[in-house]
Amino acid sequence: MTAFPLTQKLERSATVFLAVVAAAGILLPLLNLLLPDSSPLHVPTYLISLFGKYVCYAILALSIDLVWGYCGILSLGHGAFFALGGYAMGMYLMRQIGPRGVYANPILPDFMVFLNWKSLPWYWQGFDMFWFAAIMVLLVPGLLAFCFGWLAFRSRVTGVYFSIITQAMTYALLLAFFRNDFGFGGNNGLTDFKDILGFSLQADGTRAALFAASCLALALGFLICRSVVNSKLGKVLLAIRDAESRTRFLGYRVESYKLFVFTLSACLAGVAGALYVPQVGIINPSEFAPGNSIEAVIWVAVGGRGTLIGAALGAFAVNYAKTMFTSGALAPYWLFLLGALFVFVTLLLPKGLLGTFYAWWDNRVARRGANAPSTNNAEDPAYFADDAVKPHMAE
Amino acid sequence: MSLCSSLSSRPRSRLISRARWLLAALVVATVALTTPSPATAAPFEDAVALFAAGSFSDSATAVGELETSGHPRALAIVKALQDGRLFADEASKAVFIKDEAGKTVNAVTGEPATMPAEANVVRLNNRLRRRVEAALGSLTLLSPDPATRIAAAQAVYKSRDPAALPMVEAALQKETNSAAKSALNAARAAIVLFKPDASEADKLAAVATVKARGDQDALALLSSLPGDVPRAVAESANSAMATIKSRLALWSMVQDAWYGLSLGSVLLLAAIGLAITFGVMGVINMAHGEMVMIGAYTTFVVQDIIRTSYPSMFDYSLLIALPLAFLVAAMIGILIERTVIRFLYGRPLETLLATWGLSLILQQAVRTAFGPNNREVGNPSWMSGAFDLGQISITYNRLWILCFALAIFVVLLAVLRFTRLGLEMRAVTQNRRMAASMGIATARIDALTFGLGSGIAGIAGVALSQIDNVSPNLGQSYIIDSFMVVVFGGVGNLWGTLVGAFSLGIANKFLEPFAGAVLGKIAILVLIILFIQKRPRGLFALKGRAVEA
Repeated sequence: MTAFPLTQKLERSATVFLAVVAAAGILLPLLNLLLPDSSPLHVPTYLISLFGKYVCYAILALSIDLVWGYCGILSLGHGAFFALGGYAMGMYLMRQIGPRGVYANPILPDFMVFLNWKSLPWYWQGFDMFWFAAIMVLLVPGLLAFCFGWLAFRSRVTGVYFSIITQAMTYALLLAFFRNDFGFGGNNGLTDFKDILGFSLQADGTRAALFAASCLALALGFLICRSVVNSKLGKVLLAIRDAESRTRFLGYRVESYKLFVFTLSACLAGVAGALYVPQVGIINPSEFAPGNSIEAVIWVAVGGRGTLIGAALGAFAVNYAKTMFTSGALAPYWLFLLGALFVFVTLLLPKGLLGTFYAWWDNRVARRGANAPSTNNAEDPAYFADDAVKPHMAE
Repeated sequence: MSLCSSLSSRPRSRLISRARWLLAALVVATVALTTPSPATAAPFEDAVALFAAGSFSDSATAVGELETSGHPRALAIVKALQDGRLFADEASKAVFIKDEAGKTVNAVTGEPATMPAEANVVRLNNRLRRRVEAALGSLTLLSPDPATRIAAAQAVYKSRDPAALPMVEAALQKETNSAAKSALNAARAAIVLFKPDASEADKLAAVATVKARGDQDALALLSSLPGDVPRAVAESANSAMATIKSRLALWSMVQDAWYGLSLGSVLLLAAIGLAITFGVMGVINMAHGEMVMIGAYTTFVVQDIIRTSYPSMFDYSLLIALPLAFLVAAMIGILIERTVIRFLYGRPLETLLATWGLSLILQQAVRTAFGPNNREVGNPSWMSGAFDLGQISITYNRLWILCFALAIFVVLLAVLRFTRLGLEMRAVTQNRRMAASMGIATARIDALTFGLGSGIAGIAGVALSQIDNVSPNLGQSYIIDSFMVVVFGGVGNLWGTLVGAFSLGIANKFLEPFAGAVLGKIAILVLIILFIQKRPRGLFALKGRAVEA
């Protein structure tokens, strides 16, 4: 698949994306660390943290796009996987505080001392080791997604039913994590972190390194997702998205494919959450709020679902707009804008920004009379041509 | 069934009965002036004079004498003692009462008197204070107001003061009110049970009386019986306790069932509009909760106008708000359908996202217009208060909401079954193209159906404004629950919604005692998620040939 112009174009866009991510991941930290404060090119530390947050959101968007854009599974519970990864990292960071807490207990985090707990619960064991926490960041969201997906896909819970029960799942977790006796700090969550792997979280160097790590994770996540969607497996996923029953009748085990991609996506979301927590310095149950998950879905829709780069760009664009709006005098109007964005994108821009751009580009290429035959590629938005013609309702 | 809401809330009843004691004291005082009773005068005066002796034990004796004297002034004196308004002059052995206005009267006669400067307040210690409370309990047993008498009997029942026995028996003789009589009987039984010299037969009868009372207090009383009671009494007390326990368990189940029905009716209200839009039309309306919120705010606006302009109409505010809420919500619903949803038919996931966006806009619009805080929506008089049914207390607003939810359900069922609109709606649902060929304007029906579903949500908002906080977030708290109800009950079937709402409500309330409110809710969510595995289309699934909905 080398000779076709479309592939060329896509490879180019992927290369450009990776180059931009790599450049940001290397240059911004350097501009922050090496240049003096007075230099016009100096990047302040708060911007590094802010962009680091966006990069984590971009990874989350990537994970949602993988299941929604390529397999047609709209999960309204990805915020839960993100938050679980975040909690796993938060638990590690809590254990690193050690005796520097308010109550100076060398083992127990402050909130446990406050609740008068005598010893560490079993599920907190091992989180003082980074490698264990890192495994848990992947394992916990992955396991939850595996069990949940296994139950749901096996009995063919699809479409909006799946969306609604994923929303119920994150809502149930929200309620559970709000409880003090659940052992994760209740309402306040986990916060007041001191250091990670021995480096102070307040130091500029650590923040720059975390930003670089997030960019690296975004690039790796992109490559993994891209290799999945470009593989033969990816073609089956597209087939499932466009005609699930037909794929099943052709002999594919639809539920296994769905389960694989859903679990992979949950692990990716967990990584995003784990990188997010040290950069914002807190994780609390509000991350499980159903609204958060839906908001993440709209990032993907804005950028263009079914285009991995679009998902990442959408996360950047929407969150940048959110920061601009909510920090200024326009704060009360942000929800109007966000709401309008949901309506506008679904009604008028169903392919998202990047999808629309690709469609326009394809048209231009076709009009120029290039005699190359059009091929369908994973990132070709032509796949979405017409879901509007599907029959309305069960008849 | 007694309609005493005051009894259900202890602190309030205490306030009221305080006020009534004062009233009773006044009445008694006037009676005392007109009909002095010479027979009891001398010992009564001696007893009152004991307050002037200055020791706590003398005061206690005096209180005891007053309690059994039956003198009309006794209540006023003991009350004054409790409030620190009783003054005594040691030299002249005279006792005075200072009333709230600062005027002094002679304690014995109740006539105005001037107090000597050296008179002191009669002091109280904790033991004496308890004694005074018990005495007040038995003294108010003769109050003309039945509620005061019942409260007094309750106080005696709790204090079990043997000195009050003659008063209780005297009161029983005169008692005509049945509720007060049973309270007095229970009080008498409580005293007899703890009186060491009462006969065994009396005690057995007392156990039977307490058993008939059968509430938590009765259980506490029987379980604290002294160890030296006769064997037969102890045995009968044990069996009575077992009976009371099982009866209480039964009542607590009835209570859970009632709470469950009440929660179920709330869920039904929230979900029934969704059953139309999601169930009949297949539209995922995430802005459904906001329609409920708009209904609640319509109620607020109606009440606000009524409060400022026509205060006398307040009791009718909900009746006025109902059609208005329906209209407002239905109009907004139709507007949404015409401008957004109709372009998204057949794309349920996109509909979900677009309506979520609409819900954000509606919430923020309401927040901008009415502010982010809770708004005050009052209960009309016919919806406030409660009545007792056996051991449980039922509030009127919950009862009305249950009836209202069922009424809406029936009306909606009738609309779908018997009207032309309902017929056309069903036709469009079953086979859109065929319906269109038959001349049904399907687009119009879509708009009207969506309007109907939204309007019903608006009506639900009127009802829910009575039991929930009216804030811009009102709708959000119901949206997940209502989707659970519809998904659980089965799409496209109103009966499924009814069964789903009540079974979820009752299951939730029965789980709560074991798991606590939050864990109960989590358990329900998990159970629904598991249930969907078994029956992906809900309890009452529509059967059809479609491979995929």
